[in-house]
Amino acid sequence: MLSRVKYDLTMAEAARGAGGARIDLLVVAAMVDQGARVLDVGCGDGELLRLLESRGVDGRGIELSREGVNECVAKGLAVVQGDADTDLAAYPNDAFDYVILSQTLQATRQPRIVLEHMLRISRRAIVSFPNFGHWNIRLQILLGGQMPRTRNLPYAWYETPNIHFCSIKDFRALCFAVGAKMDQAVALNAWGRQMRLKMPWWFWNLFGEQAVFLLSRRS
Amino acid sequence: MAEATTTLDLADRTREADHPHSPVARFGADKPLRLDAGVDFAPLQIAYQTYGTLNAERSNAVLICHALTGDQHVVNRHPVTGKPGWWETMVGPGLPIDTERYFIICPNVVGGCMGSSGPASTNPATRLPWGLDFPVITVRDMVRAQAMLLDHLGIDSLFAVAGGSMGGMQVLQWAASYPQRVFAALPIAAATRHSAQNIAFHEVGRQAVMADPDWRGGRYFAHGTNPRRGLAVARMGAHITYLSDAALHRKFGRRFQNRDNPTFSFDADFQVESYLRHQGITFVERFDANSYLYLTRAMDYFDLAGDYDGVVANGFRGTPTRFCVISFTSDWLFPTSESRAIVHALNAASARVSFAEITTDKGHDAFLLDEPELFAIVRGFLDGAARSRGLRA
Repeated sequence: MLSRVKYDLTMAEAARGAGGARIDLLVVAAMVDQGARVLDVGCGDGELLRLLESRGVDGRGIELSREGVNECVAKGLAVVQGDADTDLAAYPNDAFDYVILSQTLQATRQPRIVLEHMLRISRRAIVSFPNFGHWNIRLQILLGGQMPRTRNLPYAWYETPNIHFCSIKDFRALCFAVGAKMDQAVALNAWGRQMRLKMPWWFWNLFGEQAVFLLSRRS
Repeated sequence: MAEATTTLDLADRTREADHPHSPVARFGADKPLRLDAGVDFAPLQIAYQTYGTLNAERSNAVLICHALTGDQHVVNRHPVTGKPGWWETMVGPGLPIDTERYFIICPNVVGGCMGSSGPASTNPATRLPWGLDFPVITVRDMVRAQAMLLDHLGIDSLFAVAGGSMGGMQVLQWAASYPQRVFAALPIAAATRHSAQNIAFHEVGRQAVMADPDWRGGRYFAHGTNPRRGLAVARMGAHITYLSDAALHRKFGRRFQNRDNPTFSFDADFQVESYLRHQGITFVERFDANSYLYLTRAMDYFDLAGDYDGVVANGFRGTPTRFCVISFTSDWLFPTSESRAIVHALNAASARVSFAEITTDKGHDAFLLDEPELFAIVRGFLDGAARSRGLRA
C-alpha cells in the first residue's frame, strides 16, 4: 500500500492510542473539523479514512496500489485507484475542506505541483512526511558516508520509492514558494508521538522524525 | 458452418417475444414511451424477472441492467436454452447481490427479444413482427422504459442499480436521468460513450447479419428464413472482443481440435475456431438478428456528454448517488481508461465515488465470471451503502 510501503511505519504501528488507532493518524485527524469533506491522498488501507468517518467526516480517498484500493472499497470506503501526480488535476477548485497527504509527498514525482493542486481543490491541506533533517540521518551521511536507512525508512537507495526527500526546513521553503500559510506544525518522534516541547524550528528539524503541517491558502 | 440442430422455429421465437416465460407489464396508448427518435411508442410491453422480497419500506430494490446479449433471466434457468442464469456468481442467497437481503428486478431491455417490445415482437397494426419498422432506440429509452416499469411496480427509489457493459451504460444513464431514484450505482466495465473502435466492431457485426441472404432486408419472419450464418459470424467477431489475447492463449493456445495434424483445409482445425463456431451457433438459438442490430445501435449512440453540453460531469452535478466504478485490466473493449474518465467526471461533480481496477486476464467478460476480488468489492460497496441507507443486515 502506497503510504505504508513508502514510509514503513514499523514504530508507529507499534505505538497505538487507547482506541487502537495509530498515534500519527490521530494527530492528523485532530486537525480536521467535524463534518468536513476530506480527500485523503495515498490513503493506503483506509485506516485514516475510517478514523475520520467515525468522527462524522465525509471522507474520500485516492490510492495508487490496487490491493489498497480494493481493500478500502470492500470496507465501504469511497476510494478511487489513482495517482497523486496525475489525478488531482481532475478535481474542481474548492471541492473539499481538507486534502490530506500522509507520508506520500516524498514519493511523488512533482511535490510542488501536488501541493499546489491540494491547495487549489481545498482551502486547507494537511501534509505529513519523514524529516530528512533528523540528526540520525545527518550522521549517517556525515560519518557513514552512505545513503541513510532507518527503521521507518528501510529501503536501499536503489529500490526506494521515495524520490523526493526533504527536511522540515526544506518543506517550509516550499510552503513559502507556493504561498501556503502554515497554520499548525507538529513534529513527531519515531513512534508517531507528538513532541510537546516549545522549541525553535532548527530544533524540530534536528530531532523530529516526522512532521505534520496544517496549511491554508493565502487568499 | 454446421446448422444448429435445436434452433427455435420462428413461431417459438415470436412466442417468446410476445408471451415470454416472465411476468410482463403492459402500457397502452395512454402511457406511451417517448423515444429519443421522436416517436411515442405504444403499446409497450416490458418483461422482467424478480428475485427476493421487497421490504415494507420498499427501500431494498436493486435494479440489474443486462448487457447486449443478456436478458432478464439473471439467476433462473433460461427458458430457451435451459442453461443457468447469466449472473449466478454474483446474485443469489448470501452472494454479493444478496437475494435474501435485496429485492432484485431485471427487465429485458426495450429492443430486446425476450419479451420486452422489440423488432421480434408483433406489431399490433400489421399482426406481423415489427422487423425494421421498429423505431431505433437508445440507452436512454431503455432506462425510461425501466422507470415506467418501476412506477408500475410502485417502487419509488432504488437502493442500487448495477450492470456491466451495456448494463453499465444504463446504470450511468439511470444516475444521470433519475439521480433522486438511485441511492447507489455500480457501473462495471462501462463507459460514458461508445468509442469509435467499438462502433466499428458493431458495424462489422451488423454488416455480417445484413450480408446474409436470409436476412431479407429484415423481413425474414415473413419469408420463413433466419439469418443464422450472419448472426453467428457477428457473434464470433464480437466474442473475440469480449476476451483477451492472454485468455485465448491460456484456454486454446494453438492446440488442434480432435486431431494431431492440420488437415490442410478450412475445417475448424484449431480449438479456438471450434470454440468460436460453437459460440456463434448457440447464440442464434436464442437471439433475434434484428434485435442484435437495434441493441448494437443503441450502444453506438450512447454518449452521455452529448446530453450535457459535452461535459459528462454536468450530468452528475449535485448527485446524491454514491458510485462504485469497476474495470478489468485486460478489458480492451471498455478499457480502464474509460472507467477512469467516468471517475474523473464524477470527481469533477463532487460525487461520492469508489473505483477499483481488477487484475484479470479474462477481458471484458470478466464481469460475468468467477472473480473473487470483484465479489469482495461489490459486497463491500453494497454493505457500506446498506448501512448508510439503514437496511437491516
